[in-house]
Amino acid sequence: MMMTVASVPLPVDEMLEIKKNRFCPKDGGNGRRICIVTGIHGDELEGQLVCYEVAKTIRENPERLRGTVDIYPALNPLGIDSVTRGIPGFDLDMNRVFPGAPDGSMTEYVATRIVEDLVGADLCLDIHASNIFLTELPQIRINELHKEKLVPLAMEANVDFVWVHGANTVLEATLAHSMNSRGVPTLVVEMGVGMRLTPEYGTQLTKGIFNLMRKLKVWDGEEEEMRTPIVSADPDEVCYLNAPVSGIFLKEKEHGSMVREGEEIGAILNPFTGEKMERIVAPHDGLLFTIREYPVVDEGSLLARILVKEGLA
Amino acid sequence: MEKELVYKIPSLYRDDFRIHGYRFGSGKKALCVVGSLRGNEYQQIYTCSRLIMRLKQLEEEGRLNGEKEILVIPSLNPCSMNIEKRFWPTDNTDINRMFPGYNLGETTQRIAAGVFDVVSAYENGIQFASFYMPGRFCPHVRIMKTGYENMEKARQFGLPYIVLKVPRPYDTTTLNYNWQIWETDAFSLYGTTTEQLEEESAEEIVDAILRFMAANGVLIEEREKGQESKVVTDRELLSVRPKKAGIFRAAAGVRQQVKKGQLLARILDACMGDVIEELYAPADGVIFFLHDKPLVYANTAVIKLLP
Repeated sequence: MMMTVASVPLPVDEMLEIKKNRFCPKDGGNGRRICIVTGIHGDELEGQLVCYEVAKTIRENPERLRGTVDIYPALNPLGIDSVTRGIPGFDLDMNRVFPGAPDGSMTEYVATRIVEDLVGADLCLDIHASNIFLTELPQIRINELHKEKLVPLAMEANVDFVWVHGANTVLEATLAHSMNSRGVPTLVVEMGVGMRLTPEYGTQLTKGIFNLMRKLKVWDGEEEEMRTPIVSADPDEVCYLNAPVSGIFLKEKEHGSMVREGEEIGAILNPFTGEKMERIVAPHDGLLFTIREYPVVDEGSLLARILVKEGLA
Repeated sequence: MEKELVYKIPSLYRDDFRIHGYRFGSGKKALCVVGSLRGNEYQQIYTCSRLIMRLKQLEEEGRLNGEKEILVIPSLNPCSMNIEKRFWPTDNTDINRMFPGYNLGETTQRIAAGVFDVVSAYENGIQFASFYMPGRFCPHVRIMKTGYENMEKARQFGLPYIVLKVPRPYDTTTLNYNWQIWETDAFSLYGTTTEQLEEESAEEIVDAILRFMAANGVLIEEREKGQESKVVTDRELLSVRPKKAGIFRAAAGVRQQVKKGQLLARILDACMGDVIEELYAPADGVIFFLHDKPLVYANTAVIKLLP
């Protein structure tokens, strides 16, 4: 059932509408609810495929649904439609306006309506796709403030990595923080890259979502084998590699690779001279879970993240 | 005056990214003024240029206290301004959301760190700020309420208003906030405009800074004190919001004194021109902020009225 979460008139003959599709059993179900949201950043599209796959599976197997599944594929429809990361017209990051305000600006009002709509859910997944610059291994990021509640859920989501990061005041304006603060366990998924679809990641996460739905008694299905993610809660375990010079970055290693200390993971090239200006090498053995996809770099641009942890194969 | 390089990043194809500062005097680091942080802050860089001209003249006339150092940085982001982009050209990040910065981090974090390393050494810091909403302001000093705010110094600008703002989470990474936390007395000065140049507003802000300098012994002369500032909190400003979206036509001007019930603006149907909403003053007061774009979204605070 298509439902409108927020509706705001635009200046010239158009309505901004945030919509969701609600799936629930004919008898109304057991009262449990899972929400799948994506598209806060208009350039992150990996969640589109996940929404499609989840909706398709439920549509084809309605008899297995026990609770409610709400799918919100486009929290920032103007951004998605105009290939814009933020909210067009405001140049605002939508994931910095939550929880919004009912009598605030258009963006704050929309944010509030979204939060109100999600309140009461048993679980929310907020699916992101890094940005256009970086490719990410499927992972769930958790604010340490909420780790006790969220890590056990993240372990069931069939992702490769669970990253518990430090509390940051700025992140208080995210959807996930607003929902977790209101008692709705909300997992932030990062996977793939901006402006593209990675079908195998879509399939991987969809499988994890059905596992979570089964665990929360929203879905009646067979237990399947899930990936056991690596969990990191120590900031010293994540190593950041930034560009030492401006130039063109060419990656040598794919994300998800295990790298050895001293191994070259990419290089910064100078097309004028044909010189390799800098070799980018792994400072430690570890799991390359982020790698830069977009070649043009400024000094300081993030090139890679490596998880350095005992026991990694 | 000495022109000096504050920060530099070599670029592959564009000219190097450079932030230049203009230094007057030497000795105690008394005052740092930062102009535009975003690429569309034209009035802010223009005001800085007017300030530098006045300081050069004052220096030539021997009216600056040579034992107190002033640093003026007209733009932290010239490479965005040169391509008419508000934020950082590649990743669209905002330098004013990166303070105090991180010198091993991403590009704009490095810029913030490199700049903050220089500007945090000053006793007083002034930034020419702009609002995220497009519009015209009543000139004022804005300070964040961090517990470190210095209201007495804020009055030394002699501007009509001081706005005390309770910081929100996203404010904690701004230059103004971090200046305060790192013990610089920090003030954001708002002139009337951002993207349009206004001579009168630029001169008003420059005069305010000269008054502040005189009060702090940076300028060796007496100056008239300017206006007695009225202190208000941002929560005292009454927002006037249209229920409808359309073309915005103001019926009053910024800084204008209005009466309760007075017509302030009309919203027109963008295609047919009909007046679909009229906005009236909710109280007697001064128009403190006025939206200045042709179109308006519903529920946008188009007017902020100071009762």
